Amino acid sequence: MSQLDQSGAVPAAAENAAPAVSLSGERVLRVIVPLVMLAALVGLWAWYVQAYNIPKYILPSPALVAQSLVNDWPILGAALLVTLKITFAALAIALVGGVVLAVLLVQSKWIELAISPYMVILQVTPIVAIAPLILIYAPSTQVALLVCAWIVAFFPVLSNTTQGLKSTDHNLLNLFELYGASPLQTLFLLKLPAALPYFLAGLRIAGGLALIAAVVAEFAAGSAGAGSGLAFRLLESQYRLNIPRLFAALLLLCATGVAIYGATSLISHLMLRRWHESAIRREN
Amino acid sequence: MSSAVSMNAVAPSGKPIVRLEHVSKTFSNGTIALKDMSLTIGEGEFVSLLGPSGCGKSTALRIMAGLGDASTGRVEWPTMPHDASGKPEREIGFVFQEPTLMPWATVYKNVWLPLRLHGVSKAAARERVMSALEMVGLDKFADSYPRELSGGMKMRVSIARALVTRPRVLLMDEPFAALDEITRQKLNDDLLRLWEQFGWTVVFVTHSVFESVYLSSRIVVMAARPGRVIDEMEVDAPHPRGVAFRTSLEYGEFCRRASQSLLSAIGANDHL
Repeated sequence: MSQLDQSGAVPAAAENAAPAVSLSGERVLRVIVPLVMLAALVGLWAWYVQAYNIPKYILPSPALVAQSLVNDWPILGAALLVTLKITFAALAIALVGGVVLAVLLVQSKWIELAISPYMVILQVTPIVAIAPLILIYAPSTQVALLVCAWIVAFFPVLSNTTQGLKSTDHNLLNLFELYGASPLQTLFLLKLPAALPYFLAGLRIAGGLALIAAVVAEFAAGSAGAGSGLAFRLLESQYRLNIPRLFAALLLLCATGVAIYGATSLISHLMLRRWHESAIRREN
Repeated sequence: MSSAVSMNAVAPSGKPIVRLEHVSKTFSNGTIALKDMSLTIGEGEFVSLLGPSGCGKSTALRIMAGLGDASTGRVEWPTMPHDASGKPEREIGFVFQEPTLMPWATVYKNVWLPLRLHGVSKAAARERVMSALEMVGLDKFADSYPRELSGGMKMRVSIARALVTRPRVLLMDEPFAALDEITRQKLNDDLLRLWEQFGWTVVFVTHSVFESVYLSSRIVVMAARPGRVIDEMEVDAPHPRGVAFRTSLEYGEFCRRASQSLLSAIGANDHL
């Protein structure tokens, strides 16, 4: 009955297949070009240190940094674990809290009026400035770091999810009303799925910010001993002029940040690839 | 009742299924979207609300569906069961101007939605969802996502979703206005065939004279500012209709009359 229409689907499918061939070529390039660039930079760095005889307490050679990374792994690994724990705990609480609060804000105008100004104030105040206070009030340094990281990671989740919940298609809202959907059905079957792309954008921002906040808060807190994270190891290495270890710690932080960004991007892509424009465009 | 209405009012054929009595709608900004509209639609009729934009035809349809209340006047569904809030229950299917599909859900899940909202499980809904998709010729696309479909196919999914509750009444708000002429004609033919087969009552909002004449058993012509009914005409051509009807002199004559009516509707507003 609808041959006319269905024939339209065939060219669409064929279009999708054709760029896939050139796409794989582009993908290889996408991996190779950054790797070549990396090799070139590391080579230049090694050559510079060697040629100008730079002392290792100013700029250690790449080999020395790698060596330090291996030798100091017991210390750095433990510190990384602490930082990761704080980051992910803060991110998890921020995600749950951000989504729950966003749902509440959207349900009631009064709650929104009462709460959102304070959310903004919390967001615009630099975390280093509040950290000393939090350190005083929190029962332990770990908790203080967690609170700092949470404050920073929380806002993008809240703000994006709220925006997403508010952007639900009005016609779909009418449709749900027409078929007598309960408020809970409308929330779970319509508003939350519609907010998903916004939430995921918030997640990508929050993931990176949680790590940054965990490090910054530790700088402010200056914790020491067994429970110290990468930020403390950075400071300590600086005081002791152990620059190779400082570089190694920095390398670990960078890698962690990149990994978090990669993981959140991947989650976002996997969840949206079947239907959302953002995921579709990225494939082209 | 205004003189314009009584002048050409056409009695509904069949038992009344919906009755609008002196319905008016004024929006909060003071716009009078609909003024004193009275209309009775009989069981099994295909009624078009034809008029320029701003004539309140969509507003009238939404009020019938229970999306927004009338400011004054009453809407009655004499033969339908009502839910606790007084809305006619389940026996209405509504088709919006846009397909209005959930982009994150497959075709199957989109069509399942009205049943799902009434607690019918995915498996229990299977037979009805698939038969609704078969009616619009999309049963092979149950697992596709809306973005993988053409505009016409999306509209078909939207129609299947309206049909899945097996409604007695189909309310359609300019459903094919955004489609190209060829797709639109195809969907008109398919809709007409389904209507001839199943005998629903259809209320069809459109601004196309040709579409309304081709499809309807009765045309209600409306004018804007304020939105109101100014004329009615019966299209008593026999069914099934097809290319033969669409190319007949008789069809041309109906279109001429409807156009004249519509022209006077537009002429009623000198600032247009």
